[in-house]
Formats: sequence, structure tokens, C-alpha cells
Amino acid sequence: MKFAVIVFPGSNCDADMYYAIKDGLGEQVEYVFHTETSLDGYDGVLLPGGFSHGDYLRSGAIARFAPIMPAVIDAAESGKPVLGVCNGFQVLLEAGLLPGAMKRNIDLKFICRTVELVVENNETLFTTGYEQGETILIPVAHGEGNYEVDEEMLARLEENNQIVFRYNEHVNGSKQDIAGIMNEKGNVLGMMPHPERAVEALLGNDQGLAVFTSILRNWRESHVATS
Amino acid sequence: MYKVKVYVTLRESVLDPQGVAVKGALHTMDYNEVMDVRIGKYLELQLENVDNLETRVKEMCEKLLANTVIEDYRFDVEEVIPS
Repeated sequence: MKFAVIVFPGSNCDADMYYAIKDGLGEQVEYVFHTETSLDGYDGVLLPGGFSHGDYLRSGAIARFAPIMPAVIDAAESGKPVLGVCNGFQVLLEAGLLPGAMKRNIDLKFICRTVELVVENNETLFTTGYEQGETILIPVAHGEGNYEVDEEMLARLEENNQIVFRYNEHVNGSKQDIAGIMNEKGNVLGMMPHPERAVEALLGNDQGLAVFTSILRNWRESHVATS
Repeated sequence: MYKVKVYVTLRESVLDPQGVAVKGALHTMDYNEVMDVRIGKYLELQLENVDNLETRVKEMCEKLLANTVIEDYRFDVEEVIPS
């Protein structure tokens, strides 16, 4: 399976994402610069964390209009797995690939620590490697992760099981402690915590690796003929 | 030439964490009459004369300058007479 890591000016978790795929998962991965316009040949798209375009105006607001974004939207519409982490999640929100928006953390602090997440839905492309309701430890590092969504959309998210991860504590003021959501179709996931920073024991924790192994397993089941 | 002043604020229905913090600071300074603070953004655009100026500024606001999921915007248009 071949992944693209989209690199915006100001991305700073692109290398973490790259090595999570190359060394953690053992699959192919390439950086794709934001000025490119095609994602042909890639089976999955990863939007990394960081501060794209300096977070000027709003997090993700300028990156959302990067030349590569129509190709990211095409990939999402064609059903390819698209994962946005942290700033990548913010870009997906701004692009309208996921509903809602991010505000400054409720206490206005940049939060950088490992938190407990609850796997709310393990029947997604990204989470079959976890148990339903499993608690996992994943690092967060963000100043604007306070997820906001109106009541009507929140009800829809819950009804369709689109809430994939919740914080097991009040981390940043997010509605319903939401940490990660997916689109209705189930192939686009945005999450504030960083699974790519938790893919091997040397990093202190490998509980994020299952996000990537889940993507791979699901891709193989639909793309590789079994003998 | 025109100067357009754009004001972007969080919607009334959305809690503004920065506004709450500033209100708290004003209260500690004994400005207890402050009932609410909302923090927003102010943008100034210089525009050439174009047709549909207001429509185009509205588009700019909705597409980029404001995130209408959580923010409201308004703008004033002033004609600038070159001196």
C-alpha cells in the first residue's frame, strides 16, 4: 500500500507520519508538496500536524486552498482512506470534508501531553485493530482542539456512529469530549491526538500503530485477492 | 479605490474562551460592569473598483475570511479618494 504525506509550509509532523508508515507499518510512503495537483498512484492520504501557513487567519484556513486540495477531495470522494491528524484534522474541517470547527482550547493553553482516548467505534477503516470501548494512550499537542459543532450535526454524528475517539477526561473543552470523527462514508478520519507519535516502544508507546495497521488490513481485504 | 473593513466574531451561540478570560481579567481590575467580552478579528482590504464589489467581498468572507460554522462577519465599504 502506498501513502502520500501532504506537506504544507509549516507542517512539522510530516516526518513523524512518514516514519510511522515506513518503519512502523512497513509500507510505501512519499511526501507530496502542497503545490502538487495530483495524488494518482497513492492508496491513502495523510495530512500531518503542524502549523500550516503559520495558522494565519485560522488553523487550516489557508492550507484548505492549496493546489493539492482538489486532489485530496477527489481521493476522499473516491473512497480512499484519508487521515488528518491535528492540523491535518483542522484542514479537513476547513475543507468541509468533515463537519464542525475548532476553537482555542477552553483554558487557552497549548496542551502537550499523553491522554487517554476511548475507541467509540471500532468498526471503521481506521480502528478495527482496537476493541470497542478500549482505552488507549495517545499524545496530544495543540492549542486549538476545542471541537465545536451545532446540536443538529452532533446528533447526526452520534446517530451515524461518526464519533470515532473521545477523550476519557475533559482535555480542551471539545463538545462531548470528541477527539476524532469520520465522514458519513467512513473513509475520512480527523483526530487531534497523534497516533503517529505512538508507533513503537522507543517512542514510549505503540498504541497508535493500530490506526495504521487497521488502514492496511482493510485496504488489503478490498484490494488484494486472497488465495 | 475602496477600503473594506471586515469584522469577524465568534457566533453568539458559541462560547468564546478568549473573551471569557479577558472578562475575568477586567473583573479582577474592578471593572465589574463588564457583562460580556467577545474577541474577533478586524481585516482591512484595499480593493480596486470592480463590478459586484459587495457580492465579491461577501464571497471572500464566506469562503476564506470567516468560518461560518462558528463565526459571523460584517463589513463596511468606504470609497477612498486618492489625495
